[in-house]
Amino acid sequence: MFKNFMNWIEYRMPFMEKMNLHVMQYPAPKNFNFWYFFGSLAMLVLVNQILTGIWLTMNFEPSAERAFASVEYIMRDVDYGWLLRYMHSTGASAFFVVVYLHMFRGMMYGSYQKPRELLWIFGMLIFLVLMAEAFMGYLLPWGQMSFWGAQVIISIFGVIPGIGDDLTLWIRGDYVISGVTLNRFFALHVIALPLVLVILVFLHIIALHEVGSNNPDGIDVKVPNEGQKFENNVSEKFTFHEYFTKGGKKIIVDAIPFHPYYTVKDIVGVVGFLIIFCAVIFFAPEGGGFFLEPPNFEPANPMKTPAHIAPVWYFTPFYAILRAIPDQLWGAVAMFAAIILLALLPWLDRCKVRSVRYRSTLHKLNLANFVISFSVLGVLGVLPATPTYTLFAQIASFAYFAFFGLLWWYSKNEKTKPLPVRLS
Amino acid sequence: MLKKLFSVLALVTSASVLAAGGENIHLDKAPINLHDKESLQRGAKMFQNYCLGCHQMEYQRYSRTFRDLGIPDEVGMKELAFTANKVGDYIKNAAPKADLAKWFGAPPPDLTNVARVRGPDWIYTYLRSFYVDPTRPFGVNNEVFPLVGMPHVLQELQGIPYKKHETQMVDGESKEVYVGIVADGSGELSPEEYDRAVADLVNYLEYTGEPSKLESHSLGIKVMIFLFIFFILAFLLKKEYWKDVH
Repeated sequence: MFKNFMNWIEYRMPFMEKMNLHVMQYPAPKNFNFWYFFGSLAMLVLVNQILTGIWLTMNFEPSAERAFASVEYIMRDVDYGWLLRYMHSTGASAFFVVVYLHMFRGMMYGSYQKPRELLWIFGMLIFLVLMAEAFMGYLLPWGQMSFWGAQVIISIFGVIPGIGDDLTLWIRGDYVISGVTLNRFFALHVIALPLVLVILVFLHIIALHEVGSNNPDGIDVKVPNEGQKFENNVSEKFTFHEYFTKGGKKIIVDAIPFHPYYTVKDIVGVVGFLIIFCAVIFFAPEGGGFFLEPPNFEPANPMKTPAHIAPVWYFTPFYAILRAIPDQLWGAVAMFAAIILLALLPWLDRCKVRSVRYRSTLHKLNLANFVISFSVLGVLGVLPATPTYTLFAQIASFAYFAFFGLLWWYSKNEKTKPLPVRLS
Repeated sequence: MLKKLFSVLALVTSASVLAAGGENIHLDKAPINLHDKESLQRGAKMFQNYCLGCHQMEYQRYSRTFRDLGIPDEVGMKELAFTANKVGDYIKNAAPKADLAKWFGAPPPDLTNVARVRGPDWIYTYLRSFYVDPTRPFGVNNEVFPLVGMPHVLQELQGIPYKKHETQMVDGESKEVYVGIVADGSGELSPEEYDRAVADLVNYLEYTGEPSKLESHSLGIKVMIFLFIFFILAFLLKKEYWKDVH
């Protein structure tokens, strides 16, 4: 009975065939480590944001008069509304935590290198859309920080010569941030950008499955079949989809089927993540004032500027670069360049060896430089711009950009260690 | 490599937390406990008697306060909700907003979320930091919030508070040193009782800022226990499957 049903489906839409191709018979390198949890976690958080977002939308009122009050209504009068809201607000920060770690994983193991450039580009587009999505979502509670944070960020577009003022007017839909802005941000936040995000994630995964996952050793697990023998090759135990073996033209080495091996492993990652995530939701939903900022518990007031305006923590590294440069226009250019350069990594890195494990000491130091400068910028973006901090931010910005320049310079003739033949 | 990275990240985050500390005023730690229902009830009563005249709680309903504080609706409506018609009403006053703003220089802020905006320690210290200052319109000023427009509404409880100076030897010279605020003893409460009463009020404000806190901690513990057990099972399942690979 069930078999007949499945056959009926299969004839009209190859469901099991696609499941085999992408899940059950998809070869994944066997040596994924801790850093490989964050892709599946990003997906989990996306689902969390969409589901909690739908239920929040049921009670949220996108108008300047009612937005703040309706959020308080959700917090007090809607059954488990507080839980939905905290899952959503904590989820926003968690999204950036896992995405930043996911991106860093790619940088460490050279996952952006050939043939995964397009995969990396899709990832960067996801990152861009995610920033827009988070920025627009942050305006919706209509608190003081929502209002003034949006004011600051929208004004960045105003520095563009010629069209700046008209552009900010076009974004706001009004001469100041108002209910009109709130309404359009709501529309973009709940419909337009999530749709784009889901489509990009779909493309990201299609692109991933075409070229296959990279791994901590950065060597291929699908090698051309030249009749060579591989000792203790675990992959011989399993059946892989013939799309990957190309009818025997390729040998799969040291890879295992995604399901069940990485599904059960990702469950461990998911539960581990949920332990931290729930600890924040239930015991520290403000995230020490970084996830929900204290001034945002006060309704937006265009007549009263908060003592200190800072964007939410996940924007602060880029915000610090913006402020570090005395000229507004060049500051904005530098800020966008900081993101664009990340997208260009596949072409800036001219080394053929992917993983940091087999690359030069200089590359390791340079990668450390990237982590430190990015983190320092993140901290400085939260702090007020005193002359000392601005100097620090200038040094850290220089170090951040130096990472890309140095990488381009030394990667051409980098002295690398010999690559292993098999995964460690 | 990994360990070093984590220690760097830990350093960076702790530095950022320190830096977020902000203002330089010393704040006393508010001795509050959200599970002390009687303290919350006393705090609610104080709010109704001393704050509601000018301030409101636009987002909190009487029914919610009564339910969470263990007050029967009939008792609550009679003892606390003087101005409300229905138990589902928001905790609001009938004061003319425009006039209030004119009288005090600024509209009295809504207090539903004040503990989340300012923090309980700030409010606890603020309400104990009024002092006599004849230059101000209401004759009082505040250490924590200088030139505040609010009069010292709790004066009948605290008495008249003065800034106290003492003659102390500093670097071999005797100087007048500011030692704190002391009430003149004309209030209904002793200094300890006054601190206690303010703490009750702050406790109540902390509650109204986040009523879900009463619920979230107990639910959170259950969720965490579930997740820890789930984690062990998930880990064992993974180990079992991965026997094939290793």
